[in-house]
Amino acid sequence: MRRSIRLTSAVAGLTVIVAAATACGGGDDSGGGGGGGMIRASWGDPQHPLEPANTNEVQGGKVLDMIFRGLKRYDPETGEAKDEMAESIETDDQQNFTVTIEDGWTFSDGTPVTAASYVDAWNYGAHIENAQVASYFFQFIDGYDEVHPAEEDAEATADTLSGLRVLDDHTFTVRLSEPFSLWPETLGYAAYAPLPRAFFDDHDAWLAKPIGNGPYEIESYQRSQSMTLVRYEGFKGKDAAQNDGVELRVYTDNNTAYTDLQAGNLDLIDDVPASQLQNAQNDLGDRYINQPAGIIQTVSFPLYEDAWEGEDGAALRRGLSMAINREEITSRIFHDTRTPASDFTSPVLGDAGGYEEGLCGEACTYDPDRAKQLIEEAGGLPDGRITLTSNVDTGSHRQWMDAVCNSINNALDDTGACTVNPVPTFADFRNQVTGREMTGMFRTGWQMDYPLIQNFLQPLYYTDASSNDSVYRSEEFDRLVDEANSEADEAEAVNTFREAERVLVEDLPAIPLWYQNGTAGHSERLENVKLNPFSVPVFTEIKVS
Amino acid sequence: MGRYVIRRLLQMIPVFIGATFLIFVMVYALGDPVSALFGDRGPDPATAKALREEFNLDHPLWQQYLLYMGKIFSGDFGTAFNGQPVTELMERAFPISFRLALVALTFEIVLGIVLGVVTGLRRGRSLDTTVLILTLVVIAVPTFVLGTTGQFFLGVEAGWIDPAVSPDARLDELIVPGLILALVSLAYVTRLTRTSVAENTRADYIRTAIAKGLPRRRVTVRHLLRNSLIPVVTYLGADIGTLMAGAIVTERIFNIQGVGYQLYQGILRQNSPTVVGFVVVLVLIFLLANLLVDLLYAVLDPRIRYA
Repeated sequence: MRRSIRLTSAVAGLTVIVAAATACGGGDDSGGGGGGGMIRASWGDPQHPLEPANTNEVQGGKVLDMIFRGLKRYDPETGEAKDEMAESIETDDQQNFTVTIEDGWTFSDGTPVTAASYVDAWNYGAHIENAQVASYFFQFIDGYDEVHPAEEDAEATADTLSGLRVLDDHTFTVRLSEPFSLWPETLGYAAYAPLPRAFFDDHDAWLAKPIGNGPYEIESYQRSQSMTLVRYEGFKGKDAAQNDGVELRVYTDNNTAYTDLQAGNLDLIDDVPASQLQNAQNDLGDRYINQPAGIIQTVSFPLYEDAWEGEDGAALRRGLSMAINREEITSRIFHDTRTPASDFTSPVLGDAGGYEEGLCGEACTYDPDRAKQLIEEAGGLPDGRITLTSNVDTGSHRQWMDAVCNSINNALDDTGACTVNPVPTFADFRNQVTGREMTGMFRTGWQMDYPLIQNFLQPLYYTDASSNDSVYRSEEFDRLVDEANSEADEAEAVNTFREAERVLVEDLPAIPLWYQNGTAGHSERLENVKLNPFSVPVFTEIKVS
Repeated sequence: MGRYVIRRLLQMIPVFIGATFLIFVMVYALGDPVSALFGDRGPDPATAKALREEFNLDHPLWQQYLLYMGKIFSGDFGTAFNGQPVTELMERAFPISFRLALVALTFEIVLGIVLGVVTGLRRGRSLDTTVLILTLVVIAVPTFVLGTTGQFFLGVEAGWIDPAVSPDARLDELIVPGLILALVSLAYVTRLTRTSVAENTRADYIRTAIAKGLPRRRVTVRHLLRNSLIPVVTYLGADIGTLMAGAIVTERIFNIQGVGYQLYQGILRQNSPTVVGFVVVLVLIFLLANLLVDLLYAVLDPRIRYA
């Protein structure tokens, strides 16, 4: 008898546990909805806290694009920087700017947006103590070195940027450390957004529910789960939202988001998973969007290694570039979501912005015979072989790397000439690259910060620039970039940048592979869906039926 | 009994310290996570340093470990790179995974044991063969395939379920994911029970019980089942931990933000506080589940007594 009681009590215990679990599962279903004019869109967990100057990836950028409007805004179609909050940005010498902002703008907490909102936000973003990953945006402003010293161990010697001065509620002046004619065009990036006093007064509360001055305001935010944004009725800008709001849902895997879109539980996904690319056209028809974004993929060379120096090194790189069959790889592996690259910029810049199809010329054209000849004339590959290194934890890196190596091996008639060196994680890969440990080719990608030709050249190839991973040095290139930056006329500046780009084509510190597209898919409820040059959906213009 | 439990609980302390240290070293060995925070751009040294300071990454490994352990005892499990405290992540992820594991475990216990007993009692009949073939199929096909196919047909084609589970992860939403998660273990439980039952039906004590004239039902439930369940309980106990931690695949397919997903994210971003924090709790769950299994033995098997 005793035993049976014990067995019963064990069963009873289990029942209690089950009941408890059921109870805690029966929470209210607040995430539902989807009715009315709300857009249900997929989202990924932002990598950093949602601060304007601390966001350098698309998922956080998506939200910032909805809740903030800065001095300028990039036109979603042309990428041209147009005045948004700025009434005027004036300069006589390309170095001292006077910024006047429009009257009447307010943050969604009701406080006015003033010149101080900008200056305080920029000072915060630039200061080393706040460790903002995008603080390099403020490097052009005079006094940056004092608040954000370049050396690892140096302390900040100032609290604020000396180049910023508030004149009155609607005017402030900016002094750059050197002339930079296109500087006003960079101001559309989210890092330059104004911040309300609430950001500084109660930082944690602000992070829990960010407040901005954009077309949407945040209604509720459950970190790494979901965010509901509704139209901000007090918005003063030209692009007020055409829908009631947006519900962002975090997906653990974009394949699930795609399935949810098919099942009709989701309206918009802005990254079609690689495995579905070949079905997307069939599944979604004209609801599948595939359009250029400001991203270029390149393969760089360690110019700090002896083997890649001098004339022979350049000829080798040219030969390798010509051995890669870009057309085939972009269509077979990427299903035309990449376009073979023929310059160092991106088609989203447009011809006026500095993009020039075919600028790379012969060097970026597939010609296996000529490739073999060039490589042989240059004395062959170093030790007869070469590696291609990249992280393989995301994207389809492994697949295209294999394809590139195959292409090179076929051109050289040597199955062992090119081998892939996969690195398990992105962090590990970046450590090796910045630690200058590369010996052969390695993957370098660039997503533009702002749609300017300058952004595709200077940070990557200028001597000692922040992302000059191949350690390229060219006096001629540097000279042309400096010249272009101090050019008063925009068209002239773009032309000079193009000349600098031609220097790159000669030296080939990196070889352009392909331009990356942004992809999206949407439900039948939505109309007028498009992506901006940063491959973020233009939420304000979407209409819900 | 009480002393036995206390001894077992005390044994957990060295296991706890050892496990945390090993995990800490392993995540540390993956390399410096800070440069990945800058994307494809070269990190600027000053910001990178400030971030390393923020996350205690500028100290040598042993100091980092001590700092981390010191904080754990004051209830601070550190923060993920997105600024969220790890305790907050755990508070949300563990109940969800627990619920999922519970659904899976219920399937395993109810379906697995019933099928096992039935097939064990009817060895060689057509039902037995059918179930055996089915378990073989389930074991052979990867969870990933079963999960995505199930999701597509039930969610998209038939529309019976939502393909993705909402952040609340209500119990009714977890039925299909729970079944998918349970399938492989379910197959093992069935086979284990079947073999065990088949073996015990020929045991002396069963013959005695039948000879004594006990009703058939009583023989099966009280004598046969109880003795046959001992290996199954061991398996189920060990499976609790696996179900909670090993649900990465199922959780990703069905968009469940549980332990597996958080661990995956933590490893990808090389955030040691997230990984170590979650693993520590998992280790504790494993240890407690094992203790529970050992105590259950005493209930099931009268020969086992703990002093």
